Amino acid sequence: MGETADQLFVTLQHWLVGYAPASLRSILSALLSVIAILVVFALLFAITTVLERKGLGRIQNRYGPNRVGPFGFLQPIADGIKSLTKEDIVPRAADKVVHFLAPVVLVIAAFSLYAVLPIGRNMVLANLDAGVLFFFAISSVMELTIFMAGWSSRNKYSLLGAMRAIAQMISYEVPLILAAVTVIMATGSLSTVTIVERQAGYTGILPHWFVFTPWGFAGFVLFMIAATAESNRSPFDLPEGESEIIAGYYTEYSGFKFALFFLGEYLGMFAISGLGITLFLGGWAAPLSFLTWIPSYLWFFAKLLVMISAFIWVRGTLPRLRMDQLMNFAWRFMLPMALLNLVTAGVWRFLPQGLLRWFVCALLVVVPYVLLGRGLAQGWRLEKRVYRFAE
Amino acid sequence: MLGEGIAKGLVETARNFIGSYFSKNRLTTVQYPEERLPQIEATRDFPFLVYDGDDWQAGMRCVGCQICEKECPPKCIYIEKSKDKKPDAVGKLQFYPAVFNIDVSVCMSCQICVEVCPFEAIKMDTEFELSTDNRFGGLLWDKARLSKPNAYYGKVHPTDAAASDALLAEEKAKVEAKAKAAGETKTNSELTSPPLATSGATSKQ
Repeated sequence: MGETADQLFVTLQHWLVGYAPASLRSILSALLSVIAILVVFALLFAITTVLERKGLGRIQNRYGPNRVGPFGFLQPIADGIKSLTKEDIVPRAADKVVHFLAPVVLVIAAFSLYAVLPIGRNMVLANLDAGVLFFFAISSVMELTIFMAGWSSRNKYSLLGAMRAIAQMISYEVPLILAAVTVIMATGSLSTVTIVERQAGYTGILPHWFVFTPWGFAGFVLFMIAATAESNRSPFDLPEGESEIIAGYYTEYSGFKFALFFLGEYLGMFAISGLGITLFLGGWAAPLSFLTWIPSYLWFFAKLLVMISAFIWVRGTLPRLRMDQLMNFAWRFMLPMALLNLVTAGVWRFLPQGLLRWFVCALLVVVPYVLLGRGLAQGWRLEKRVYRFAE
Repeated sequence: MLGEGIAKGLVETARNFIGSYFSKNRLTTVQYPEERLPQIEATRDFPFLVYDGDDWQAGMRCVGCQICEKECPPKCIYIEKSKDKKPDAVGKLQFYPAVFNIDVSVCMSCQICVEVCPFEAIKMDTEFELSTDNRFGGLLWDKARLSKPNAYYGKVHPTDAAASDALLAEEKAKVEAKAKAAGETKTNSELTSPPLATSGATSKQ
């Protein structure tokens, strides 16, 4: 019973593909997976927008949207209709081709990220040997589209937003990848499917997730902080910075192109949360050994929803960082922590199992955290900047 | 230690989030079309014309004197005085406004028309749900739309209406006493009662 429910969609796909002529089977199989990803994650996007608005509302002691449909849950439909019927304005001075391409490429890149995410057991579109590498390569295309949008708009606010985005994303890509490298060290594989399978075992009832090791925990926290910055979410939403630079790189976008940016941003957030789940939280594996009868894809989406809620919670809590704080945090805290974490992962690998390993590795995480945190808090102060030519 | 403040902040927002589901006091938003706050008495937005009795045309207090039209700072009132006269609520022959238009898209709700009116004929309304899909005709209100009974005035501004009623009653009593003192000699030369000098004088400055 549990097995059939778990493999329900896989069997369904095989059954449907069975009707096609042999030469078309592989294409049809891929097409079905693509359609499933497009539908499921677009739907998740719609649900997330309304959940986010309601959650933020509650955090601020408001109701949030509650007018369209029961409890306001049809709000995304109203939003979609609104953005479809709005006029699509392109600035006269804009580079029209690039201006048009930016949101399209963003959404395509965002959807491509899901190709390597194992959503359930045997449920991955492409089990690439270099899945993690593919993911990071595609996610840097998203940075490019943001710069395309900012540059082609011919608007100083757009360009400022794009500049900020590039500075931020390149800075945070380093700790993001270094945090992920620890997992690759531990599993010896770049394939997302292998990484999940390595975590699917249990000791007693407890799972073998990497987040339950000192280096894994530190790596997970670093990864998620960097992921927040990569997906331009509050408190790292400087590229949009609506109180400072209107809407940043998508100031000049209206109508459905604006909605596409919104979609791309959320898809990027889901994808990078999905990668965090795959790398550290055991992917589709159940959290306790006696819960394995629940289908694996449900576990993946449950974890994804938890991550999304955490993102919303953080967004409702923290104010936006200043540019210098952002850069200081990336280069003076995140990067050394990520580098030290590589050492910790190595130490964990070569020490014999037991309490000593736990103690040493925990020390290797906590001591630098405290020291670097102290350095970050007191090591610098603002000074009056002197300009050579402008004054 | 680094992160302490963030943890505190997260706890606070979580308290708000969960608390908002249990404590009604946290959610201060009034769900407007379904729930409404009671209006404070001094609320005002646009003027209306007061009439006595049941028939708005017969009971209209306005005599078309055009003082409000002249005093209105944004010039949103347009009045055409009638050529003939007709009896007012007390039966005295008066002019009346043949046309009385207020463009509420121009009106700035200053209440100066109310201050200067010697006949207690124009007052401020409190109705605010006035959106319309016709921005020209829908916002230019004519005599019929502007007329509202004195009872309505008593309802929206009870204190002011009581003062206004008392003033009118006093005025009426004075006129009646004068008429009685004048005895049987019938003089129809006095057409209008003397204006309420106080309010007119202050607004002139």
